[in-house]
Amino acid sequence: MPEKRLISRSISVPKNLFPLLHDKKVPYNSASIADMIYRQKPPGKSSESIKIHINNKAFFTLPGKSVLEACLENGIYVPNLCFDTRLKSQGACRLCVVEIEGMPGAVASCVTAVKEGMKIKTDTPYIREMVKVNLELIISDHPLDCMTCQACGYCVLQDLAYIYDVKDIAYSGKVHEKKVFSDNPFIRRDNEKCILCGRCVRMCDGVVGANAIGYAGRGFESEIIPAFEQSLLDTDCVFCGNCISTCPVGALQSKPYIKKARIWETEEVKTVCPYCGVGCVLNLQVKNNTIVNVDSDIGGNPNKGNLCVKGKFGLDFVSSPKRLNSPMIKDKSGKFKKTGWEKSVSEVSSKLGSIIKKYGPDSVAVLSSAKCTNEENYLMSKFARAVIGTNNIDHCARLCHASTVTGLIPTFGSGAMTNSIDDIKYADAAIIIGSNTTEAHPVIGYELIRCVQENGLKLIVIDPRKIPITKYAELHLRQKPGTDIAVLLGLMNEIYKNGLVDRDFIDSRTEGFETFKASFADYSAEKAAGISGVDIDSLIKAAQIYGKAKNALIFYAMGITQHTCGTENVMAIADLAMMTGNVGRPGAGVNPLRGQNNVQGACDMGALPNMFSGYQGVENDNMRWRFEKRWEKTLPNKNGFTITEIIEGAAAGRIKAMYIMGENPMISDPDILHIASALKKLEFLVVQDIFLTETAEFADIILPGACFAEKDGTFTNTDRRVQRVRKAVKAPGLALEDWKIICMLSSAMGYSMDYRNPSEIMDEISSVTPIYGGISYDRLEEEGELRWPCRQHNDPGTSILHTINFTGGKGRFIPVTHTPPAEMPDDNYPFILTTGRILYQFHTRTMTGKVKGLNEIAPANIAHINAEDAESSGISDGDKVILKSRRGQITAGANVDANIKKGVVFIPFHYADSPANMLTNPAYDKKAKIPELKACAVKIMKV
Amino acid sequence: MQISDLPKYPLSQDEITVINEVIKKYRDKKGALIPVLQEIQKNIGFLPVEVQKKIAAELNIAEKEVYGVATFYSFFSMIPRGKNDIRVCLGTACFVKGGKKIADKIQKELGIKPGQTTLDRKYSLQVNRCVGACGLAPIIIINDKIYQKVKTEEVMDIIYSYNK
Repeated sequence: MPEKRLISRSISVPKNLFPLLHDKKVPYNSASIADMIYRQKPPGKSSESIKIHINNKAFFTLPGKSVLEACLENGIYVPNLCFDTRLKSQGACRLCVVEIEGMPGAVASCVTAVKEGMKIKTDTPYIREMVKVNLELIISDHPLDCMTCQACGYCVLQDLAYIYDVKDIAYSGKVHEKKVFSDNPFIRRDNEKCILCGRCVRMCDGVVGANAIGYAGRGFESEIIPAFEQSLLDTDCVFCGNCISTCPVGALQSKPYIKKARIWETEEVKTVCPYCGVGCVLNLQVKNNTIVNVDSDIGGNPNKGNLCVKGKFGLDFVSSPKRLNSPMIKDKSGKFKKTGWEKSVSEVSSKLGSIIKKYGPDSVAVLSSAKCTNEENYLMSKFARAVIGTNNIDHCARLCHASTVTGLIPTFGSGAMTNSIDDIKYADAAIIIGSNTTEAHPVIGYELIRCVQENGLKLIVIDPRKIPITKYAELHLRQKPGTDIAVLLGLMNEIYKNGLVDRDFIDSRTEGFETFKASFADYSAEKAAGISGVDIDSLIKAAQIYGKAKNALIFYAMGITQHTCGTENVMAIADLAMMTGNVGRPGAGVNPLRGQNNVQGACDMGALPNMFSGYQGVENDNMRWRFEKRWEKTLPNKNGFTITEIIEGAAAGRIKAMYIMGENPMISDPDILHIASALKKLEFLVVQDIFLTETAEFADIILPGACFAEKDGTFTNTDRRVQRVRKAVKAPGLALEDWKIICMLSSAMGYSMDYRNPSEIMDEISSVTPIYGGISYDRLEEEGELRWPCRQHNDPGTSILHTINFTGGKGRFIPVTHTPPAEMPDDNYPFILTTGRILYQFHTRTMTGKVKGLNEIAPANIAHINAEDAESSGISDGDKVILKSRRGQITAGANVDANIKKGVVFIPFHYADSPANMLTNPAYDKKAKIPELKACAVKIMKV
Repeated sequence: MQISDLPKYPLSQDEITVINEVIKKYRDKKGALIPVLQEIQKNIGFLPVEVQKKIAAELNIAEKEVYGVATFYSFFSMIPRGKNDIRVCLGTACFVKGGKKIADKIQKELGIKPGQTTLDRKYSLQVNRCVGACGLAPIIIINDKIYQKVKTEEVMDIIYSYNK
């Protein structure tokens, strides 16, 4: 043991302090206190583990871990301020000091790797004094205003001061007087409280990749600020708030949540984010039936405690005064009148009943919702099929990933993400094609960026726009919209030419390669580059990187699927992955990113015109009989209509009534003038939603639903992870959980549904849905999450698909050909319009439109246009412009954007007052019936 | 001193050319940030915010990184040194003999505070503690020349004599 250099000044450290640390019960699972709990279980003894001694007791841990991690995972608390499992350790705070035999003095345990036989002491008088002195030094320059500090109760520094009995300023001297940075809607930085642990900087650089803040100045003057002390709004900050979640003190605060509650007044409810498909776990802190703060478990799955701006700050809509709080019936003058449940339910049931009687059940169509729970979607499918008697049920997956299903089922046998988010770290290369990952799926974007920086993951972005993640890409291939197949065939040709195909995989796992070869045979790199406009050298390099990678992933989203050739786009991706053997291993697979919190679940639950839950075809007699037996009803045996066909049917008078739950086709679907005329033609329209949406305006009866925070249930995220949604607050007024509304309607129409709770619905789901067979609420409570297929009660679930066999037996290569978009630019409409999401809004803004801060940052629609095009059209930055297509026209602001390719205009589709879907082309993919939202011809003029 | 309070010192065409050349020379080179900052500091005498932003964009480095380095090393400055450096003594003797009034007058006339430089970069102002010439109080020093027993009403004439 080293010589104990006790500090000369006498300081008292309370004696029985370490039991206090070890038994520390954490009353609130908020971000910074959660740091004290290390979520990883100790690995135990195995062939890989090594033995170490901590405080004279033997423990096992894995090589590569730090001493701090080894202590924490074995339940031995070592004080720390600058450590976060999400970040690379830096050794800045000097609180995690321990004594290690053979090493002089005190060692910072977070930056010391464990070694076999290491003898560590965390609890010696020397260490105690060391920690206390370090704490005293920090506190000497930290304001002691805990009584008014928002972080009071979950501040690690405060806790440690309590434990080590640090009462007052031990070292008087110059203290910092620094300013507060708060000139943005979300993040407040008070640098007087900053202890310069650097966690926020490491978070911003290493995980989020925004590089918005950094150290400035030197010595006593150093502080953490945005460059040039500018507002965060002028930096690349994405307002994810992850810096706040990692701050161990009160220096960083969520501005909208300040002075809403003290942490001990709140109750914490763990649930799942209602925005995109990543499925981040949220901890809602609730006081007086209001959400007063949002956090996430650090280290927890799937998001590790990271969130994006919408999950962290975008939940104000829950308590919006605009929420629907009562059923409403449209009177003769066209005005909505509030009414009770009894009247509205009997009205809906009698109107639907008489329409079914008069025109038959197939004159009714149902739109289910990717925002609602699995249980609700299952009931909606049951309601359509068993109560109304039609298979005319669909939901917005038609508009996003219908072509994924029609493209991946024939090739792989399953249309879901093959890998899990946790898998990204095993990949050597990844292609992102047609996905603006950091804006549409931010938390998956963080993981990709982290892996690029920490693991050397080689990223290839194939996108017409210079999207934010290209900053971290090895290569950016900028194709013209609608030429993805040409690029993919070019890659395959290059890979084949250079002998980078995986022969063993092709021979043993797949069929049809020999016939398929003709597809890419004449797509030389020159030809592919010629059609798509990508740089030929980059194409060749990309083929080398993807072809040579040991494990490679492909991520794709709407840029691939929303084309008239969507199905073939997807098949081309599957072909590329199979030919290089990149399927079925950790870090190797094909991953369609799902856009809605529960779009995967809504598909799984059979909110589709041709499938029952678990992708069991309605035209397959054996599968239908299973449901007929369970539901005790004869069910329709012909595939129903898709959304696209339902709208056409309504326009043509074949569909007479619609029941729309939690969907807003008036903004989200292509050619909305056409949709408006179709909805007007309906004899009867029921809309069930949380707000009076643009679609609800057309309804005869509006039913108020409960939002995600007001109900129990489950969501299934993009990587097939079923997670629990929990009720945190009461729904406003008469609003009810959607499953309860469906049950009421069903019972009123003569088919009794009397579930007491969603758990009972899940039991029914698992009894008829083999891939959900092992899922129950008890297991979800216990295990947190389960990934389907999970067939039995003892089945741990499936993290990677197609490991030994493809779901469909063998993988099938399917030939593809390049087909240009249905509408190409011409002299009258010279630009290709492509639509998409932005970070600060979500879909039809039904939810984000009610969040003040988000609309301060992104208040209005902006069309992004290339500088050359802007010049030739006489448009400058900030002008108002008219965009016109063959279907309609809209006005928007103009942004001259270097990230846009010449000849292309990009516009987000969120804004009802400037709806991009007024312009888009409803032409659709023949197999998937998905409309071509990603390419149509427009002209653009200055107002 | 807040960055937002910094005046925007206009750069001459020659200076802009120098900056562009330095950036061009180091583009695509690894570890270029410090040499680029050094050369620009040496040639221009300071590192204006706009120039730092330009360096960040062209060298593909985060702005906060450039700013962090520029504020870390004392060799770098974000305020230019004026062509003529005025130092006013505020030691005890000069102070009681009217040094404070002189300093106030200069601040008012030139529109700058101690530590700042005029927008035309002709004058910068500093205040000193005693320079050990109390017998001559109050004094001001312009560049290397000492002016003794300065009267408040004369001081601007002395300063403006450097304007030629």
